Formats: sequence, structure tokens, C-alpha cells
Amino acid sequence: MANVEKDLISGQNTTGHEWDGIKELDTPLPKWWVYIFWASILWSIGYFVLYPSIPFLKSYTKGYFNYSSRDELAKDLVVQAQQRGKWLADFQGKDVGEIAKDQGLLRYAMAGGKAAFNENCAPCHGVGGGGSLGFANLTDDEWIWGGKLEDIQQTIAYGIRSGHEKARFAEMTKFGVEGVLKPAEIDQVADYVVGLSSGKGDANAPGAQIFTDNCVACHGEGGVGMRETGAPALNNAIFTQIKGDKTSIALQVSNPQHGVMPAWADRLGAETVKMLAIYVHSLGGGEK
Amino acid sequence: MFSHKIFETNTLALIVGIVVSVAIGGLVEIIPLFTIENTIEKVEGMRPYSPLELAGRGIYVREGCYNCHSQMIRPFRDEVERYGHYSLAAESQYDHPFQWASKRTGPDLARVGGKYSNDWHVKHMINPRNVVSKSIMPTYAHMTRPLAVASTIVGELKTLRMVGVPYTDEQIANAVADLEAQAKGGDAAKAVEARYPKAKIGDFDGKPDEITEMDAMVAYLQMLGTLVDIKSVKPELVNR
Repeated sequence: MANVEKDLISGQNTTGHEWDGIKELDTPLPKWWVYIFWASILWSIGYFVLYPSIPFLKSYTKGYFNYSSRDELAKDLVVQAQQRGKWLADFQGKDVGEIAKDQGLLRYAMAGGKAAFNENCAPCHGVGGGGSLGFANLTDDEWIWGGKLEDIQQTIAYGIRSGHEKARFAEMTKFGVEGVLKPAEIDQVADYVVGLSSGKGDANAPGAQIFTDNCVACHGEGGVGMRETGAPALNNAIFTQIKGDKTSIALQVSNPQHGVMPAWADRLGAETVKMLAIYVHSLGGGEK
Repeated sequence: MFSHKIFETNTLALIVGIVVSVAIGGLVEIIPLFTIENTIEKVEGMRPYSPLELAGRGIYVREGCYNCHSQMIRPFRDEVERYGHYSLAAESQYDHPFQWASKRTGPDLARVGGKYSNDWHVKHMINPRNVVSKSIMPTYAHMTRPLAVASTIVGELKTLRMVGVPYTDEQIANAVADLEAQAKGGDAAKAVEARYPKAKIGDFDGKPDEITEMDAMVAYLQMLGTLVDIKSVKPELVNR
């Protein structure tokens, strides 16, 4: 290199470049930096040998460890299955009633059920199961499709109008849209249901006879509800799909809307469904 | 000895040098992904998105959903416990661009299909606080407006075919009709199910006479992660 000089102040050589009288020092890289640089190259050689690294056109080197994150997961899941095996065997073999009677299993089901509930059920039913408009409140003793352990298990496993072949399914007649009832009759029967739900059902009201002729078949005598048909009780102030005011009731009679609950058995597995059934059962009155 | 001087004093040489060194890195890292035979798992059930799902996917991208939601369940125990089977490369093979994303302010959506009801999605999109009281997700109530992409959907299918998505001539010819039929349901939707197996048929948003952005969005979300029958996938086929 031409014109390399020793800089008098720093004692370093210059690079020999000069632009408009400005010269550049050729200070070497710090030692610690150079050592780390070479160490990381050495490290990468080890990595190349041990882990999947060098790609070819059709395949790649698998490395000495033959590492695969999917294989690691498979091993993790085997360990998990062993850890849970003692409990899960019981959950596979016993029905929900037997599980709920065993204190140890019950505790396990409540903990597992709560975790699964918060991840899967709470978005609709709320944390704690309070529900909201369109999504049933699970904390009371009012059950549309049944509140026994087995009923809840069935509902969770296969859902409601979920499209699953074992799903709970019922649809209310579109009394207005299909012309079964005239608008005036819908108005009267809505009036009657408002009275019924506030505990003041008037048997002489004009809507009472319409109710008897059209609604009792599913909702039961006096609107007590019928779980076989999924027809909710109308003799209390608890409404799920709609608000309980007269306009909403009239609309529902005319053109009913139905809630949908997904089927969970395939997604979560039968054991988790049992845990969930026990957890949900504990929220809402614990019907025997 | 080799000198950097030639690059430091010659702009053209510097540019060529940069292109060559970046290209080597790119070629070594990217080309094998296309040629290595097991990058995309050979699994059954994956199909191109139906026109309505594709429109919903467009809205998903437009609204930047990927900023808060990933579509990538990683092969870790905690993730498969919560979200289900880890995502396969095959499941995003028709995504251009893919929606794996890198950040989860909200939950992963790779297998959200079928997890909630249509009704829930609509209520949640209009105002997430309606159903999840502590949600910090913005409201997307504007998605109740009519879907505007019906006229461009044919072009979208054709464009995707150019980059390798195997849409058939039949699917492209029927794109507009399929979009409407999937959103409205009825007999016409049978053809959609035949052309796009497992497609969820509307009406999604409770407005049977109108095709809204919500219809498209919910159709897309309800399909996510449901196409490949993951239970029938053999571990040895995808373990790598």
C-alpha cells in the first residue's frame, strides 16, 4: 500500500487513503470482538453437524441429533399422557355420575373443566358462565335441554343445532312468516307470554286460547317448558335467545331465531367433555 | 492478496458484489424450500378457497387481522393443548400471501373454524365487548355493509391461478354465482359444496337478502383449519 504512515498521536498506521487532505486510521478491531467472531463461526460448525442445516435440492442434512420439533412434541405428548394416565383411565372408563362421586376425580374434573371452560366456553357463556343475550346463562337452575350431568354432557359433546348427527335439534314454527297466526293473534299471544313470564298469566286473556292451541305442544301446559323439544320455560323472567319484552316476543313468534352451540367431542375429546360437564353442572344448581 | 480496494473505489463493482453475495444467501435458503420433496405434507382435503371465503380472506388482510392474530399453531405442547393439532404447511399452501403472522395480541385463529357459532362471530365483530367483556379488540361494525368485491372475484381467482392455486375453469366461470349461493344458502349452494367440499353455507349474519362483508368474513373464519381431516393424518407422514 502506498503512503501508509504512522500516526503520531494514536500510534496506529493509516490506511494510505487520502481525500482532500483527510487521512484514515487503520485501527485494528477490538480483540474481544475478533474472538467472539471466530467463536461464533466455530459454534456454527458444531451446529451444522448436530442439527438439520445444509439444504440440498431434494433433501437436507438431518444432523447428528436428528432433531425435529414435531418429534419433540410427540415425545412431550407421550410424557403428558403418562402423567395424566392415572386420571384419564378413570375418565375413560367411568361415567360422569361415578366420577362426580369420587372426591379425587371430582377435584381433577373441576380443575380441568374450569381451564377448558375458560378457553372454549367463556367466549359465549362468559367467564363464570353468566351468559349474555343469545347465549345461555349456566349459573341458574333453568335448563333448556336438561340440567342433569348426563344431559349437560350430551349437550357439550354434540352441541345444539351444530350439524352433528347427534346434536340436539328443534326449531320453532315460524308462526308469522308461515302465516299460521295472524298479526293480531301474535300480538295477543305475545301479551299473554309477557304476563306468563311475570307470573301474572291471565287465563281469560285472548292470547291464552291461542297459546293453548299453538304453543303448549312444545312449551308445555302453563309454559313450564319441555326439555325433549328444547322449548324453554316461559313462566319465568329468564330469556336466553331474546329479550323478554313484548316486541321481542312477538318477533320471535313471528320469525324465530335459534341459538347454535358447536359440538365439542371431536375437538376436545370425551374426557375433557366429561370434565366440562361436571364443572358446568356445579355452576348451575347441581340438578340430580 | 485480495483487496477490498476494488469494491471501495468502484461503485459498479460494489453493486455487483452486493447482488452476488445476497443472491447466494437467497438461493441457498429459498430454492430448497421449493424443491425439497417434503416441505408441503401430502394430506387429504386441502382445496382452494371458495369465492366467498376468498372475499372474507381479503377483508381479513384489509383490516390487518394478522397484526394481532396468528394462523400458525406451533408444535409445542402448550399450543396443541389450547388450539389443537399444529398447523401443517399444506394448510396454508393456497394462501397468497400466507397469514401465519408473528404476534398474538388475540388468540391464534388457525383452527377457529367451527369453534363458535355464526351468531357469536357476528355479535363479536360488531362489538367484541358484547360477548367478551374484557376484550381489547376493536369493533368491526362496518362489516355489516354490503360486500363490494363481487365484481372483482373472477379476476382474483384468475390471478391466484397464475401463481399456482389450482382453480378449475368451472370454478372460475361460476365464481360470482358461487359467492352469492354460499352467502344465501338454498339449493344453489349444493353446487358450491360440490366444488368446494366442507364449505360452510350461509346465511351467516341473519340478513338473508343481502351479502355483507360479515357473511364473507364469517364464512372464511368458519372454514379455517377444518379442511384437512387432521385426525386422519398419520404422524409419520408429517413428522420431520
